[in-house]
Amino acid sequence: MDQMKLQLSKNSEYKTLAEIKVGQRAIVVRLLVEGLTRRRLLDLGLLPRTEVRALMKSPMGDPTAYDIRGSMLALRSEDASKIIVKPLPLR
Amino acid sequence: MVIRREDRDYCQERHEDLEKAHDYLVALAGNPNTGKSTVFNALTGLHQHVGNWPGKTVARAEGSFNYVEKRYKLIDLPGTYSLLATATDEEIARNFLLFSRPDVIVVVVDSTALERNLNLVLQVLDISNNVVICLNLVDQAARKGLKVNVKQLSLDLGVPVIATVANRGKGLDNLVKAIAGVASGKISTSPHHFRLSTEIHEVLDEVIPQVTKVAGDLPNIRWVTMRLLEGDIRIRQALNNGELTSLIGTNQDASVRKQPTEAELKELFNRIKTAASPIQKSLHDYIVSSIYADAETIASNVVTKYEVRKNDLDAKIDRVVTSRLMGFPIMIAILMVVFWITIVGANVPSQFLSDGLFWLENQFSSVFRWFGAPLWLEGLLVHGAYKSLAWVVSVMLPPMAIFFPLFTILEDLGYLPRIAFNMDRLFKRTGADGKQAITMCMGFGCNAAGVISCRSITSPRERLIAILTNNFVPCNGRWPTLILMATVFVATAFPPAVSSLTASFTMVAVTLVGIAMTFVVSSLLSRTLLKGESSFFVLEMPSYRRPQLSRVLYTSVIDRTIKVLYRAVIWAAPAGVLIWILGNVQIGSETLMTHAAAMLSPVGLLIGLDGIILLAYIIAIPANEIIIPTIIMGYMGTSTMTELGSTAELHALFAAQGFTVVTAICLMLFSVLHYPCATTTHTIWKETRSAKWTVLSNLIPLAVTFLVCFSVAQSLRALGFG
Repeated sequence: MDQMKLQLSKNSEYKTLAEIKVGQRAIVVRLLVEGLTRRRLLDLGLLPRTEVRALMKSPMGDPTAYDIRGSMLALRSEDASKIIVKPLPLR
Repeated sequence: MVIRREDRDYCQERHEDLEKAHDYLVALAGNPNTGKSTVFNALTGLHQHVGNWPGKTVARAEGSFNYVEKRYKLIDLPGTYSLLATATDEEIARNFLLFSRPDVIVVVVDSTALERNLNLVLQVLDISNNVVICLNLVDQAARKGLKVNVKQLSLDLGVPVIATVANRGKGLDNLVKAIAGVASGKISTSPHHFRLSTEIHEVLDEVIPQVTKVAGDLPNIRWVTMRLLEGDIRIRQALNNGELTSLIGTNQDASVRKQPTEAELKELFNRIKTAASPIQKSLHDYIVSSIYADAETIASNVVTKYEVRKNDLDAKIDRVVTSRLMGFPIMIAILMVVFWITIVGANVPSQFLSDGLFWLENQFSSVFRWFGAPLWLEGLLVHGAYKSLAWVVSVMLPPMAIFFPLFTILEDLGYLPRIAFNMDRLFKRTGADGKQAITMCMGFGCNAAGVISCRSITSPRERLIAILTNNFVPCNGRWPTLILMATVFVATAFPPAVSSLTASFTMVAVTLVGIAMTFVVSSLLSRTLLKGESSFFVLEMPSYRRPQLSRVLYTSVIDRTIKVLYRAVIWAAPAGVLIWILGNVQIGSETLMTHAAAMLSPVGLLIGLDGIILLAYIIAIPANEIIIPTIIMGYMGTSTMTELGSTAELHALFAAQGFTVVTAICLMLFSVLHYPCATTTHTIWKETRSAKWTVLSNLIPLAVTFLVCFSVAQSLRALGFG
C-alpha cells in the first residue's frame, strides 16, 4: 500500500479523495482498503469509475461530505485517504 | 452471521401468524432514509405494533392492512444498503428477506438517488420474483430537477414500480393494488437479473448441487453458494454452527433441514475453494461492479435531468449549519430553544393537570371515608399509589408532549445527521463514532431509546462505547428535577423577566457537563476496557425534508410520549405505595424514611447532597420521574407527597432543610450523571447480552457521579459557598 502511495505522489495525475478540495470533482480509481470497509464502500456505490464531488467540510475540518451517486455521504480524511482518485478539471 | 433471537422469532411468527390470521406476509425493505417508515405508517395506520422501544426503524415494527377481503401482514425491516451487508441491523433485514420467504417484498426506493438504491433492488430481484418497487420521494426528485420514467423502470426491472409521495399519501392506493396483484399472482413478474460472466455461471452450476447435497434445500441456495464462493466467513460460520438451517421455517420437513456433519462441510468448503480458485480473487468486487454497471445503465435509461433554477436551498442551509463559525453556536442555540419552549410551554398545563388530578385525590379520599375504609388502605391507594401517579402524569406529560414533537421535527427535517457531521471530529478523538451524537439526541427523550438507536453504529467497539455513555444525556424523566432546581435555585437570583431564559440556560449548561462527561468516559474506555482506534466511519446525510404534521404527531405522541409515559406510570404506582409505607411505618418514634435518611446522610453530605436525596434516588431506580416528589415528601415530614406550591414556598421548604445553591448544583450534576434507570439497564442487557457490560454501565456512571459531586461540593464549600 505504501508503495502504491509513493507511486501516486510521483504521478501527479492521481490524488487521494482526502486531498480533493471542496467543490472539486474526481473519478475513483482504486480502493486501498480490504475486508469489511471495502464492502461498505462498494455497497454505498463508491467503486472504481464512480464520479464524486467534495461538498463541504465539518466545522472542525473533518469529516468531509461528498456527493456520491446523488446522495451525500460523509467520510473521515483517514478513510478518504485510502481512496485513490483522478481529479477532474474545475468547471 | 450473528443471528439474534428476534430473527428466529420472525421466522417462527411467519408460520404461526400466517396460519392464524394473515393471508399474505409482506416485507418492507429499503435503504435508510428512503421514507420507509412513512410508507409503513401510511399503509398500516394504527394497526401496528412496535415490538421494542421507540427508535424509528431500528425497532422491529409490524402491522397489517386489509384489501379486498385479504389480510396482509407487513413487516418493516431495518434500513439496509445491500444484502451483502455487515451491520446488525442489516443482517436482520437480510436474514428475513432471504430465509423467511415473504410473499411479497416491497423495496422502498429514494428517487433522488436511484442508482445507489438500485443496488439493493437488483440484489432483491436476484433472490425473489415477488417484488414491488415503491419509488418514493418523487416530489423531492422533481425539486432536484430529476424525472424518473416509471413505466420504463418497471419494464427494465420486470416488476411493478409505483411512484409515491408517502408523506402526503400519494400513490399508496396503487402500491396496495400492486402488492395484492403480486401476492395473488395476478401480476406476473420477470425480474431483471444482473449479468455475471459465463465463467461464474459455470462455477455456480457446478457448485450449487454440492451445496444442496450437504446443506439441504435451503431457500436461495444460489445466493448462499455465491457468498461461499466469495469466501464470506459469516455465511460459512452460519452453515457450520447450524444457524443457517435454524433460520428456515419449522414447516419444512426435517430431512430438508438436516444439519450437515463437520466432515461433510469440510469437504464441501474444500471443493468450493477449488472451484472458486480461478475466479475468487476479486469475486465480490466483480459482483458489486456488475450490479452497479446494471444500475448505471438502468438509471441513465430512466432518469431525465433537467436544469432547475440555480437555487439549491439545501446546500445553502448546509453551508450555514456546518460552517466553522456558525455550526456549533447553532447547535447550542437549538438545544436552548427546545428547552426554553418546553419549560415555558409546560408550565401552565402542568399546573392545570396537577390541580385537576389532586382535586380528584380529595374526591377519592372522601369516597374511601364514606365507605369507612381503614386509614391505611386509603393511605396506600390514594395518598400512595394514586398521588404518585398523578404527580408523574402532571409533571411529565406536558414537557414530553412538547419536547417529543419538537425533537421529531428536528429528526424529520434531517438535522440530526448534521449534528453528527459537526461533532464527529470530537468523537473520533475519543475513539468513538460520530453517529453517537444521534444516539445522544435520542437519549434526550429516553435513554432506553438512545441505547437501542446505537444499533446504527456498525463497529461493535464504538457501539458499546455509545451504549455505556448514553446515560450521560439527561432524559425526559430527569428533566423535572433539572427544571425545578434551575427555576427554584438559579432563576430566582435573576429578574422574573429573564427567569425562564436563565432556567433554560442552566439546563443547557448542565447538559453540556453531561456531554463533556460522555467524551471523557468514551476516551477513557477507548484507552482501557475498550482499547482501540476509531474504525471506518460513513454517515449519510439525507436531503432536508419538510416535516409532515401527521407523522410528527403520530411518532411523537403515539410512539414516544404515550410509551414513555406508560412506563413511568406503571412504576409510579408501586413506588408511591413504597414511599407511603416508608413515610408512615414507624420504628420507635421515627418513620422508616427518617431512619433510612439518617443512615444515608453522611454519604449524602460528602457529595453535596443529603440522606433524603440519596434515598429518593434509590427509590427512583425504576423511574427517575419520582425523585422530586419523594424529596419533597421527605422534607415535609408529612406522610404523603405534596403538590408543587409556588416557587417561593418551595424555596423556603428546601432552604429550611439546609438546602443551598451547592446542594442544587450537586443535585443537578447527580441527576445528569448517575446510573441509568431500570428500563435502560434492562435495555442495555438486551442489546449487549453481557452481564459484565450491564453491570459496568451502572458502575461507571456511579463512580463518575461520586467523583464529580464530591469534588464540586468540597471545592465550593472551600470557597465559602453553602
